[in-house]
Amino acid sequence: MSIVKKLMVAAALSAAMFANAAHAENVKIALVVKSLGNGFFDAANKGAEEAAKELGDVDIIYTGPTKATAEAQIEVVNALIAQKVDAIAISANDADALVPALKKAMERGITVISWDSGVAPEGRQMHLNPSDTNLIGETIIKLAADYLPEGGDVAILSASSTATNQNAWIEAAKAALPGKFPNINLVATVYGDDDSAKSTDEAKGLLKSYPNLKAIIAPTTVGVVAAAQVVTDEGLIGKVNVTGLALPSEFKQFIDNGASQAVALWNPIDLGYSAVYLAHDLAVKKDEAKPGAKLSIGRVGEVTLDDTNSAAMAAPFTFDKSNIEEFSKIY
Amino acid sequence: MSTTSDTIAPRQIPDRLDRPLVSLVFSWEALLVLVAVAIFVANSLASPYFLDAWSLSDLTFNFTEKGLIALAMALLIISGEIDLSVAAIVALASTLMGMAVQAGVGTPGLVAIGIVAGLACGAFNGLLVTRFGLPSIVVTIGTMSLFRGIAFIILGDQAYKGYPAGFAFFGQGYVWWVVSFELVLFLAAAIVYGFLLHRTSFGRRVFAIGNNPVAAQYSGVRVGRIKFVLFCLTGLMAGIASVLITSRLGSTRPSIAQGYELEVITMVVLGGVSILGGAGSIMGVVLAAFIMGLVTFGLGLLNVPGIVMSIFIGLLLITVIALPIVWRRIKGRRAA
Repeated sequence: MSIVKKLMVAAALSAAMFANAAHAENVKIALVVKSLGNGFFDAANKGAEEAAKELGDVDIIYTGPTKATAEAQIEVVNALIAQKVDAIAISANDADALVPALKKAMERGITVISWDSGVAPEGRQMHLNPSDTNLIGETIIKLAADYLPEGGDVAILSASSTATNQNAWIEAAKAALPGKFPNINLVATVYGDDDSAKSTDEAKGLLKSYPNLKAIIAPTTVGVVAAAQVVTDEGLIGKVNVTGLALPSEFKQFIDNGASQAVALWNPIDLGYSAVYLAHDLAVKKDEAKPGAKLSIGRVGEVTLDDTNSAAMAAPFTFDKSNIEEFSKIY
Repeated sequence: MSTTSDTIAPRQIPDRLDRPLVSLVFSWEALLVLVAVAIFVANSLASPYFLDAWSLSDLTFNFTEKGLIALAMALLIISGEIDLSVAAIVALASTLMGMAVQAGVGTPGLVAIGIVAGLACGAFNGLLVTRFGLPSIVVTIGTMSLFRGIAFIILGDQAYKGYPAGFAFFGQGYVWWVVSFELVLFLAAAIVYGFLLHRTSFGRRVFAIGNNPVAAQYSGVRVGRIKFVLFCLTGLMAGIASVLITSRLGSTRPSIAQGYELEVITMVVLGGVSILGGAGSIMGVVLAAFIMGLVTFGLGLLNVPGIVMSIFIGLLLITVIALPIVWRRIKGRRAA
């Protein structure tokens, strides 16, 4: 018997032993992200670990490629299939290219869901969006209204006039106004094209045209920073409140200096938490992902699947003086 | 038992003039086999999921597409040239196949388009290098941006999908049980390229050009024409790889196969092909392809982050390259 053969036999034997030892253990849920070394996804992993602790019998495999490419992510998925994980929860680098690999995973009995960045319906059982249009529209108005008990004039500084996301949110915001926020008066919607210089000019223009303006709402991370900078520079802190959707790390200084009371964005911790909860639900409790199904996401609440088996997690998460410090370190 | 030592076997014409030890035990291929076995054993010990027919089958997808390109790239590098545009060729060929799908072209047409597009790109590179006497590294850095640039102009941030069901076979199909079409194609191509390089006069000429292009020219070797053919072959293999990867992903984005050129060249160099040209073997490249697959998949099974994987590949490359050189030094010192 050659040395090589001996080694092979030894390897096979120990492999068999490992396989036995690995029997009947925890549910393995893989949280696959676009790329490692990204604060947003590290935060999602924090939420995933929290969910695992709550559920008790879950092991989280937090993984992803170094390069944010579909090819690299497929290699990760293949490795997870080989490990016979119970579920894969993926934020995909490409909605289409991952489909064949994820289909293969499902054929081999693995529960597959996508979260954050979705996969085409045939490549997953369900998709979890961080939020949805109506919730976002309502939230951006609420962020301003919460600090305007007597009501007043507000204006929206959006991205480009053709941005699908922003336009849908603004429509939803307008729809929510008469019923839920009757004393808020939306006086104008302007477009900064997600360009710092143009957004700054548009914000200055708003302040000139509407001297009674009480709040600027910018549902874009570029616009909200530009508007807050203008309010700071023109000494209008306390008179005009800037709010909208902002990255905590970029926006912390304007919460600190008072140019803004609060802003919102998706909470990656809750997202990772909910993704694991849903993956566990489908893999272990064998709940079926079908249009109209209601699934629990633990402390975050409950989601309802729509026609494409997509669900919205919750309204955007609010950042104010009490928590901006913590979240600015995350993303 | 009779010997045939009085007739000159082809192997006795040296593939590399500085071959360290005649003994096969210390040949590059033997070293690679040793490394491959070591990694295989280590993988089996480290993960209980490694020794599984489907795992081993999935593993091959990590290297077959790049390996196919590496076969032709090995010949090109042995001849003293290089092609950095291969990944961009994959992207452009894939984009053209995507356009054809939108126009309603069927599976055979798509395959033809992918292969011809690759061949055309390779011919374009070859023309620039041989006709205008430009250094291949400069030409292919240029065409790397050019080919991918065209793909980006055509597609922007969009994706082509809707490939016919039959097209999926090339990148997702199995010939028999767990033996994938990609693996069979890779092994078949390896035999063809091995024959071409080591058993034909064409192959001898490739070595001659790599060792000394001027001497080869004066010996009547058509250096320009052979180099042109090698660029065409590299383009052709990139076209074939494009068909496979497009089929495997079932869609096309202009960023497809990003960064593949360096992985292909790593395979070739790890396979013992001298980056300066004039030496190398197809067997070595095939072994190197398997080693890359074993390493990336094995570490993937342990959920090792990608960056650690690249560090490992880098160390492996340096070790495998350095080992024979150090060995030769020690041998030389002892002889002195």
